[in-house]
Amino acid sequence: MGDAEDGVGPKRTVFVTVGTTCFDALVRAVDTREVQQELSARGYTDLVIQMGRGTYAPKKSNGEDGSLVVDYFTFSPSIVDYLRSASLVISHAGSGSIFETLRLGKPLIVVVNEDLMDNHQTELAEELAERKHLYCARPQALYKTIADMDVESLLPYVSGDAAPVAKHINRFLGFPDD
Amino acid sequence: MAVGSVVAALTALVLLILIRFLYILRWSGKPLHGKSWRTYSTLIVLGSGGHTAEMLNLLSVLQKDRFTPRFYIAAATDNMSLQKARMMEDSLINAAGVKVEETAKYLQIYRSREVGQSYVTSVWTTLVATAHALYLMIQLRPEVILCNGPGTCIPLCAIAFLFKVLGIRWSSIFYMESIARVKRLSLSGLLLYKLQVADQFFVQWPELQRKYPRAEYVGCLM
Repeated sequence: MGDAEDGVGPKRTVFVTVGTTCFDALVRAVDTREVQQELSARGYTDLVIQMGRGTYAPKKSNGEDGSLVVDYFTFSPSIVDYLRSASLVISHAGSGSIFETLRLGKPLIVVVNEDLMDNHQTELAEELAERKHLYCARPQALYKTIADMDVESLLPYVSGDAAPVAKHINRFLGFPDD
Repeated sequence: MAVGSVVAALTALVLLILIRFLYILRWSGKPLHGKSWRTYSTLIVLGSGGHTAEMLNLLSVLQKDRFTPRFYIAAATDNMSLQKARMMEDSLINAAGVKVEETAKYLQIYRSREVGQSYVTSVWTTLVATAHALYLMIQLRPEVILCNGPGTCIPLCAIAFLFKVLGIRWSSIFYMESIARVKRLSLSGLLLYKLQVADQFFVQWPELQRKYPRAEYVGCLM
């Protein structure tokens, strides 16, 4: 799964993304000792954080003391490359990030932003978690989700299809079915 | 007497509008008659981020020779969506060779309210946005409108409905609720559903279809 040899052992990167939002609670959460310890315990070696419009900057680390290598940036035009090279993705609940990650077949933990006013996005994350396509967590309990998760048990997401909608529209307008 | 004839004229007018209104409610949502071999000028309202991705997914399977010309519209503050639409259209042209002429146009529209804008200033911006929407709709008079929220589509759909009442243009409005809506409709979706402005209303999760029986369940688009 995109693992690259790093001289010492396989590099297993965790990619954290908040999209274009401001989600400091998530950046803070992955900056905690608990979360980083759990990630190390699960065999992950690197942590890359895309922090978006947030103001909280996590601590960088070069991993010399055997802990995670931690790096961060605000935005990048090539998020998909980061997703592709990740072994685990921790994402905000935006549908764009969710489906892009699922389409790449990467294990995914969606963290719900509880500070949003009209938080309809929890609906999608919870529904997909119920269908075992991803894990859904709150910032404070993220370490627990990481400790308890079993990425092998996640089911691959079969991409949807716009053909039924197109068929309805065509029929409505009087076009023959092809 | 003058007053009497004014009252009579007004009553007649109100009755006429009422009858027209009932006629619209009777016929909107009903499939168009007969087999159609013509083309439909199509307005595609792009939301943002996830909304745009879903809309372009639909566009990628619609037959372009039926839905032509295509007008893509996005909020003036959203510079990503039109770019993505253009990329999709360009890939079509490339795939079909050079013979296909450019049948897509890209337009921007003022938004009535940005996220976090105060309600006082939004009265003015709403007026500007509505006037702009009216100007665009008079120019385009689309026969098909495809939208999937968020709010940008509301003034456009309201004007399209007004055009129906006034007999200016009968456009078929298709609303596709976002995949992010699993249990509750968005505000835009709820408005278009309740006021029966959308001719066809699509939802991507079965639970919504149970709650809103006039909606069509079409499965996930993403």
